[in-house]
Amino acid sequence: MSADFLFGITVLLIYQLVGEVITRLLQLPVPGPVIGMLLLFVSLFLHRNLEQRLDSASTSLLAHLSLLFVPAGVGVIVHFGRIGEQWLPILLALILGTLLTLAATALIMLGTSRLLGQQQKQNQGDQQEP
Amino acid sequence: MNNTALTQIWVYLAASPLFGLTVTLVAYQIAHHVYARSGRNPLLNPVVTAVLLLIGLLLLTGISYQDYFAGAQFVHFLLGPATVALAIPLYRQFARLRQLWLPVLVALVLGVSIGGLSAVLIAGILGADSQTLLSLAPKSVTAPVAMGIAERIGGLPSLTAVLVVSTGVIGAVFGTKLFDWMGIQDDSVRGIAMGVAAHGIGTARAFQVSTEMGAFSGLAMALSAFLASVILPWIVSWVQ
Repeated sequence: MSADFLFGITVLLIYQLVGEVITRLLQLPVPGPVIGMLLLFVSLFLHRNLEQRLDSASTSLLAHLSLLFVPAGVGVIVHFGRIGEQWLPILLALILGTLLTLAATALIMLGTSRLLGQQQKQNQGDQQEP
Repeated sequence: MNNTALTQIWVYLAASPLFGLTVTLVAYQIAHHVYARSGRNPLLNPVVTAVLLLIGLLLLTGISYQDYFAGAQFVHFLLGPATVALAIPLYRQFARLRQLWLPVLVALVLGVSIGGLSAVLIAGILGADSQTLLSLAPKSVTAPVAMGIAERIGGLPSLTAVLVVSTGVIGAVFGTKLFDWMGIQDDSVRGIAMGVAAHGIGTARAFQVSTEMGAFSGLAMALSAFLASVILPWIVSWVQ
């Protein structure tokens, strides 16, 4: 284990811990790791060399993000009964709902940026012609 | 070798955390190998293969999920620091994000609402019971956050975990094909949609396409987790 990797994991855990304490103290609806992420994001601007020192730990964690979901996925075994009874609504909600969300989110973002892009061009045009 | 000694070793191993942890890593190695050999075919997403292998193993050996999770929890735990680590790709893409903050924000708020609403309405029309509906509502949100939301609105957190993983897999498998079919090329748009709809598993897939898509997906996943914990309980009370 390299010194940087160990340092990185330590920093990530400290931010998670601080995040957990903050959500509980302030009774926020947001989970601790998400608060930890936002705090780390701000810290990266304050300490410019932090990014490089966290590189090794964050790259290894994020490169195999899929692995971390496996234990939760195996949990399907506990819910075989319920899923067996309601498989059709669950399956269609998952497939159609997810495809709809993917398509709608992409179109909304494209639409909004085009709309703003046009406005920006218009504004620039207005400025150029007094 | 005598049979009782073997049985004793087995009884010890089956209940020890070492077993759950090791089989999780072995199953993932196999799944990842199959995925890499297939030329990264999204249909062979390593999460699905690994989960199927492990379910088969648990059913064959009769080991309970609880005993399995005693070991697998060490892997599950890393979801926390991995979420914190998303700050780094986010920081690296900050310049692009700053230019796009308004379209991103609009897409996130509406995307999170559509994600929750579509799942609840589709399953509701087809006759799912209310506990299933409440467990489905946060299906597009990253696992630890989704489980927290499910608990608060009255769903089953462990069922939500399964639905979240399935959603992520569906997004990872079909997402890039859907974007190609729709003619959406921009990796920032593809990443945002992937992160909103398919959280970490979609993000893992996005990082395989490009660092830019991965970073935007990670950002969308993190910010939509934030937004979902505010928006979803409100939507659910409104639908009910």
